[in-house]
Amino acid sequence: MRKEVSAGSPYLFSKRRRASVLMDRLFTGTVWGIGIVVILFIIGLLFLLLQKGLPELSWDFLYGLPSEIEEGGGIGPALFNSFYVLIISLLVSIPIGMAAGIYLAEFAPNNKLIEFVRICVEGLSSVPSIIFGLFGIALFVEFFEIGLTILGAAISLAFLNLPVLTRVTEESIRAVPVELRNASFALGSTHLQTIRSVLLPVALNGIMTGICLTAGRAFGESAVIILTAGVSTSGEMWDFNLFSPGGTLAVHLWYIQSEAIVPDAELIAQKTTAVLIFVALLINILFRVPLWLNARKTQV
Amino acid sequence: MMDMNAPANSSAPNELGSGVGKAPGSGTRFDRKARLRWSNKLFRVICISSALLVCLILLSILVLMLRTGVLTFADVSLKEFFFSTNWDPENEHYGALTFILGTLALTGLTMLFAIPISVIVAVFLAEMTPKWLRQVLRPVLDLLVGIPSVVYGFLGLTILIPWLREISGNDLADGLLAASIVLTIMILPTISRISDDAISAVPNKYRDAAYALGTNRFQTITRVVLPAARGGITYAVILGMTRAIGETMAVVMVIGNTAQLPNSLFTPTSVLTSNIVMQISSVEFDSTWNRGLYMMGFILLAISILMIVAVRMFQRKGVQGS
Repeated sequence: MRKEVSAGSPYLFSKRRRASVLMDRLFTGTVWGIGIVVILFIIGLLFLLLQKGLPELSWDFLYGLPSEIEEGGGIGPALFNSFYVLIISLLVSIPIGMAAGIYLAEFAPNNKLIEFVRICVEGLSSVPSIIFGLFGIALFVEFFEIGLTILGAAISLAFLNLPVLTRVTEESIRAVPVELRNASFALGSTHLQTIRSVLLPVALNGIMTGICLTAGRAFGESAVIILTAGVSTSGEMWDFNLFSPGGTLAVHLWYIQSEAIVPDAELIAQKTTAVLIFVALLINILFRVPLWLNARKTQV
Repeated sequence: MMDMNAPANSSAPNELGSGVGKAPGSGTRFDRKARLRWSNKLFRVICISSALLVCLILLSILVLMLRTGVLTFADVSLKEFFFSTNWDPENEHYGALTFILGTLALTGLTMLFAIPISVIVAVFLAEMTPKWLRQVLRPVLDLLVGIPSVVYGFLGLTILIPWLREISGNDLADGLLAASIVLTIMILPTISRISDDAISAVPNKYRDAAYALGTNRFQTITRVVLPAARGGITYAVILGMTRAIGETMAVVMVIGNTAQLPNSLFTPTSVLTSNIVMQISSVEFDSTWNRGLYMMGFILLAISILMIVAVRMFQRKGVQGS
């Protein structure tokens, strides 16, 4: 028995080795193949959507009023509402989210309380967006009885953004070197002065990334908006009234595709998709360029 | 360090303030110090109340969903709600089993597609690509994470479903398969990027040791690198899963929205999120129907919070292991 093995082992070994080399090649090939194919596939699909919609875009479409029956409707009010709701929700969520983040990073003396707050932040960040929509209905439509409005949508959206902003602020402030903090205290500044003129400017980079992420997410969010602001717009351009219905662009895409009766619905949907992708990419890229430049600077 | 700074700092203005308080005549100096002390305190109160507001929002969401949801059971028995598939609110039938099973099946199918593919993409990004390609692909995947979900739904509706119709030969291809493919495309960038970070964080000495023992790349990755990055990959998968469970609009556009148990992957059906969003705007707030929808929302909420508990457990395990 032993003889057999020892006699056969060089052969066995080389056979096994050949098999493992083959496996290695096969594995490398598969991973390369799947990696490239998957990434190209997703980019290709998005490119297809952009290609269908982008060449058709015109200022009339971006600026025009939507039409229920005739061809040639635009997306002006929906596009305007998108940005309007986004800005109001950021105005509400940035101060609260940052203050909560500062509390977690700087004050929070009591270990049990801070643990509780942290669990809440994490729990809130895991809540599906549609739940915020249901909450928004109960709060604004039923309790305050203001109906489907821009204000309700913006505040519900702000709730959705809060946990992300809180966590990002906390992490960025924690990452500030302790020497800077001590130096500021040694100069006799109070805690507020230290936070305002030392910690926040240094942490700004990270906080901006977080704001960019939430802005992109809020821009594309549709479930919350459908439930709290409805699918329609007031039908006027530059309608700053907080209590008018606030269908945004993402909602408009869904509406046009599934419920609208205009004859050119498909074309409008394609163009709307292209605008959505374009703006989402733009928000991401615009906010990231300074970060990339910064990263390159610190690398060198 | 920080905790030591905070009390030392907050006591300093107190002493100054009381010292000045004994000599009330010293005009502007007193004003400035009192103002500083006051603004410090105010700022602290603002921060604490913001943090408490975040807690309050979560608690009120939980309470509201549960309280409204539980009222369902005044008119509907627990048994009917959880174990009947007959959802026909116009005729007082409130069985939500179809949607619960639908959500579980959709999530399971999505993860079946998404986990292997995104782990392979992550290995590809972290271990195989040359540096220049990696520097291009990582930002591209980051950008893909930011694409609105309704766009993925539209993509499924206009490109995927016609394909599926041709392949399957059915008239209608809306259903679990279409929805799970759309969700896979949607969560793939998220899972791959986080797993990619986890794999890149595995110390190089592990790889060196494995290569020194004579293993090749396949063996190193499957036996050493992936097990070492297991915690991070699990975290990524659970994060992707919560996104898949809670996703609404992308699913609504491709699942068909019919309250029936599907008998194939191409049969129109419905899940918790899609059913809520399709029906909520057309019902009275104080009706059993509406309460049933809120109860379904609460089930969703419970599932996602359980997921986060699981994430925390895995993170803790990962910390202990390293």
